[in-house]
Amino acid sequence: MKFLCVDCNVQMNYEDRQVPGDGTFAAAYVCPACNRRIAMLANPMETQLVEALGVQVGGKTLEAQPMDLVRRTMEGKDDAFEDAPDRPPPGGGRSAPPRWTEEAEARLSRVPAFVRGMVKRIYAEYAAERGLPEITPEIMDRARTELGLEGM
Amino acid sequence: MKHRTYHDLTEADRSRMGEQVAGQRRRVEDRLSEVKRVVAVMSGKGGVGKSYITSILAHGLARRLTGGVGVIDADLSGPTAARLLNARGPLVVDEEGVHPAAGRDGIRVMSTDLLLPEGNPMRWRGSQQDGFVWRGALEAGTLREFLGDVVWGQLDLLLVDLPPGSNRLQDLIELVPGLTGALAVTIPTEDSRRSVERAMQAARDAEVPLLGVVENMSGATCEDCGVRAPLFPGDAGRALADQFGVALMGSIPFTRSTEPPEEIGVLVDALLRTLS
Repeated sequence: MKFLCVDCNVQMNYEDRQVPGDGTFAAAYVCPACNRRIAMLANPMETQLVEALGVQVGGKTLEAQPMDLVRRTMEGKDDAFEDAPDRPPPGGGRSAPPRWTEEAEARLSRVPAFVRGMVKRIYAEYAAERGLPEITPEIMDRARTELGLEGM
Repeated sequence: MKHRTYHDLTEADRSRMGEQVAGQRRRVEDRLSEVKRVVAVMSGKGGVGKSYITSILAHGLARRLTGGVGVIDADLSGPTAARLLNARGPLVVDEEGVHPAAGRDGIRVMSTDLLLPEGNPMRWRGSQQDGFVWRGALEAGTLREFLGDVVWGQLDLLLVDLPPGSNRLQDLIELVPGLTGALAVTIPTEDSRRSVERAMQAARDAEVPLLGVVENMSGATCEDCGVRAPLFPGDAGRALADQFGVALMGSIPFTRSTEPPEEIGVLVDALLRTLS
């Protein structure tokens, strides 16, 4: 899917995406010639369809986690997955793993257990890649929008 | 003014959807690079014991092949393979991916049975609006991750237990272009023959090599007198094999035992001969 600024006859550039938490998503595009901005608003069915394809509007910004689609979308049992004991920490152990604030931990605890381990790792890798020492609800919001973590 | 069309727009697209999909395909290809053969076990009809045949076949093959045997239970909403092969979770995740559960005889197993809460049907999170539009894509995506995100490692043979119908076979063909072939399972009845015929024709139309036919519930042996008698009327296994010009690889009787019947040896021999 591409967007054309009809007035300028120029392809519009992807700018950012937003995940409001109501099962929909929005992707903003800007015309490089006239700076006109538009947003593509996807309804819940369209959002699910994009999710089902395992692709991301705006491109993937982190390496996909194993069985990312299944864990994001299926209603699975709490103890279906466990991390290997010797799995390297997020960021590959190059620096200390980011610390979780109490508020961020509380919010994470509301994520279904089936997917919680993967989501925790995604947030931690997001923070580690950006050199963020701490994960707060605000960082989670930012990551959720950038990474398209619908409902997480 | 006539404006440019999709193919006229050649500037870099940051979403790179095509590349994302190609990346998914590559992941499957890379993962299966050490798997020598991928065989689909299919039937157009439900209730013929396809998962049972898959499990006893895997069991028999694992005792003959030293390079390892794996099973993907692609019957996502009616999974039974994990239980039949005595495979249990939790599934271990590391940097390589998700490790399959180990079943009896070291058979590597992936099934939604290892993921779903006991007694719960398969459900998807998020909006259920117009589920008929996206549900099929999610199921195909699940099969893709079972193939591409599971650490299968080196295997002599990976069996894919397909659900009734031919849709999942199409998904499998697209994900595994080098599919070794398909084994069809039927019971003796005419109804079953008609359904399995359609599934075999679908496989043939898709240029999937038909490896053979297995007739399940092919009679039962009286536990008292030892006489084997038909359980159902018909000879669908022989009829389908003749119609498609393939071997009737085995006729497996109904048994109450949890141990694989001795006839499995004939089936394993026939499959290995065909694959060699």
